[in-house]
Amino acid sequence: MPEEGMEDSKGGEERPKWNNKAEYLLTCIGFAVGVGNVWRFPYLCQIYGGGAFLIPYLIALVFQGLPLLYLELAIGQRLRMGSIGVWNSISPYLGGVGVASMLVSFCVSLFYNTIVAWVLWYLFNSFQEPLPWSQCPLNHNNTGYVEECVESTPVNYFWYRQTLNITPNMETSGSLQWWMVVSLATAWSIVYICFVRGIETIGKAVYVTATFPYLVLTIFLVRALTLPGAYEGLIYLFTPDWEILKNPQVWLDAATQIFFSLSVAFGGLISFSSYNSQKNNCEKDAVLVGVINSATSIYASIPIFAILGFKAHTNYVTCLNGNILALTNEFDISDMNITVENYEQWFDSLNGTHPSRVSDLKLKTCDLQTFLDQSASGTGLAFIVFTEAVISMPGSQVWAVLFFIMLFSLGLSSMFGNLEGILTPLHDLKLVPKWMPNELFTAIICLLLFLMALIFCLGSGNYWLEIFNSYVGSVPFLIIAFFEIIAVAYIYGIGRFSDDLEFMTGHRPNIFWKVCWLVISPLMLFVVLVAYVAVQAQTPPTYAAWNPDYVNFPNTEVLPYPDWVFAICVLLSSVPVISIPLVAIYRLICCMSGRHSKDSLHNNPNPYANEDYVVELLL
Amino acid sequence: MLVWILFLLCQVGAPALAQDLCQRDAPNGYKVRISLKTALGEDAYEWNQSEMFFFQATMAFAMRRHFQMETYNVDNIILCVQTSRVSFWFVVTSPDNTTMLIPKADVEKAVRMSRHRINNAFLLSDRTLEFLGIYPTLAAPVNPDTPPWLIVFGVVIGAVCAGIIALLVSSLLQKRRKEKGMTEDGQDEEDMQVKGVENGINLDGTYNRGFTDDDRFTKL
Repeated sequence: MPEEGMEDSKGGEERPKWNNKAEYLLTCIGFAVGVGNVWRFPYLCQIYGGGAFLIPYLIALVFQGLPLLYLELAIGQRLRMGSIGVWNSISPYLGGVGVASMLVSFCVSLFYNTIVAWVLWYLFNSFQEPLPWSQCPLNHNNTGYVEECVESTPVNYFWYRQTLNITPNMETSGSLQWWMVVSLATAWSIVYICFVRGIETIGKAVYVTATFPYLVLTIFLVRALTLPGAYEGLIYLFTPDWEILKNPQVWLDAATQIFFSLSVAFGGLISFSSYNSQKNNCEKDAVLVGVINSATSIYASIPIFAILGFKAHTNYVTCLNGNILALTNEFDISDMNITVENYEQWFDSLNGTHPSRVSDLKLKTCDLQTFLDQSASGTGLAFIVFTEAVISMPGSQVWAVLFFIMLFSLGLSSMFGNLEGILTPLHDLKLVPKWMPNELFTAIICLLLFLMALIFCLGSGNYWLEIFNSYVGSVPFLIIAFFEIIAVAYIYGIGRFSDDLEFMTGHRPNIFWKVCWLVISPLMLFVVLVAYVAVQAQTPPTYAAWNPDYVNFPNTEVLPYPDWVFAICVLLSSVPVISIPLVAIYRLICCMSGRHSKDSLHNNPNPYANEDYVVELLL
Repeated sequence: MLVWILFLLCQVGAPALAQDLCQRDAPNGYKVRISLKTALGEDAYEWNQSEMFFFQATMAFAMRRHFQMETYNVDNIILCVQTSRVSFWFVVTSPDNTTMLIPKADVEKAVRMSRHRINNAFLLSDRTLEFLGIYPTLAAPVNPDTPPWLIVFGVVIGAVCAGIIALLVSSLLQKRRKEKGMTEDGQDEEDMQVKGVENGINLDGTYNRGFTDDDRFTKL
């Protein structure tokens, strides 16, 4: 068993340590709980049969999520290095896994902070009366409202025109939107200030960013349950449709949702646990983080759906009131004689006596179920659907501010993990010059990321963000996680890993963990990966464009990706993971030529890897 | 006697004439639509003949205000086709000649000019007191000199920059204090190293155990 003195042999540099366990746990929870828990999980719950979706979701959590989480926290804590160092230590041939983790974290940081910048923009705009997305602006000569706004809705107009200033297609790049650049600069400054002193400042920041969302969710829960229509929304969400479990797409989406929600394969969790002392029970930590993440998803979906039910109810009442006004004006019935309650009777009697006049009015069919079915996820949920609901709530500014601060905290705490997945490997690779203080290095990285993220501030920025989200934020992670689990379970060896776990936690892992690591999790990951790629290959690569000149405007125009854009998509998916075979081949060549490589890998000798013995075997 | 018959005829004929002037879809008339319950809810007053008279008086006032020379009276505003909605039609006759109607355009100008006063007279708004055909002018948007979001942004970015500078300065001071401590007293240096750095600031330089103060251990 290696002694504890080993870590001090790295030239006397003390590794930073967490102030207390609570900071470490809150940071991991904050990293795992992100905006996806609020705007992706409730949507999946809704379209996949409500309460029935919880079954594949929880199965995926237990058999895939928790083992991966435990694995990452354990190896980080044991080997006390970032992702690149850890995978180099486990097997030099798999050092590419760490490089892939770092590259993917880099790409994700780019677009994730842009989403945080959008949240900040909406937050800044929530301090006005009336809210800017509640009414259409006037056109140039003050004769009427802006046409684009009238044809769609004020909320859509504020998002697509006044926030994004989106171009009609991807070929038109548009120009840099200065207000977006300003918001992005603010987002990166806030990330930097939390990273200035490494985990010292992060540990302080997460006391707020990890706990505040729960406070806001509770406030929204209480408020939402008192709104009319909330009950219908909740029933709609949780009514289980057991038939849906026969659809394999449901199981695939549950597995991918759990996987992306726990933020494994980013390298951030490995970095965070590497700052722990080795004698820490990471099994308990892993189970705690995983369970809290899923519980947060379920807890968040309750106020979200109560509010969506309220919005559907409001839209339904507005639709009915429009019809009532039309009938009242046409037949000169006394004001407020027709109400929402007796609308049906009035309509039937009027339609019976004067059917032609009634049909000339072109009344809309108002169905509450149709309004409830209008689901949305992602940015559509937060910036279009929810902002519309907030307008109808009394005291809109307060609710808007609370909601966007909550989204901001969720995004910021996830950014900590993303950025940590880039910084720690670079520190461990000793790529930082000795003369450069950490603060300067972090500042340079943040500045570099900010400048690269400026492409998302162009007119076509949203389209690019969707591309990054779909192609970088999906398949590479599955591949990396698959290699991670194969590396630890088969190459490092489950026996050696159990010894390490016994050293750290005091007991060997029980049969459940072993079976998961050896068989179930790799199998599930492989199946999910293959199925995901198959599904993606079948769907033609298209995107939804917002084009005011489109014939069916305000519906979005479905356009295919241009060839050069599609090439970029393929590059984004493959370049991060190409480092895995590349590094393996490079190491193989090094070893075959028999050179003793003097790279940093061998400054930290793994006591189990004796190069002389290996060379002899190859000869 | 003849005069008396003529007088009677006028009394009968005038309303009849007025009836001809004011009718549904009259070319120079406007339809008014009032939604009392929508506007006032529980406090809605009843729409009766007195209210109709009040309307006539308000319209006469609006006409006087617009055409400042001419003296319009309540009799110049003729109402008809009243329904329980509440809606009715009205036409305006000239004060000089009660058979001549004021053209639609002039009535519209007068109404536009005094729209705010007419609304307030009845405790209603542009939406609940409608003159069909006269569209309300849209409220000019409030355009503050500095957009409010810029103010919030300024506050946030100022606080963040101040925080960054404060943290960087305090880090720098801490490092300098540590360097001073290292050069002054080797004992302090060893104590710091032995205690271990709990707060995550990487020490620069290499800790060489060969140069610790061994005398510590021999002083038993």
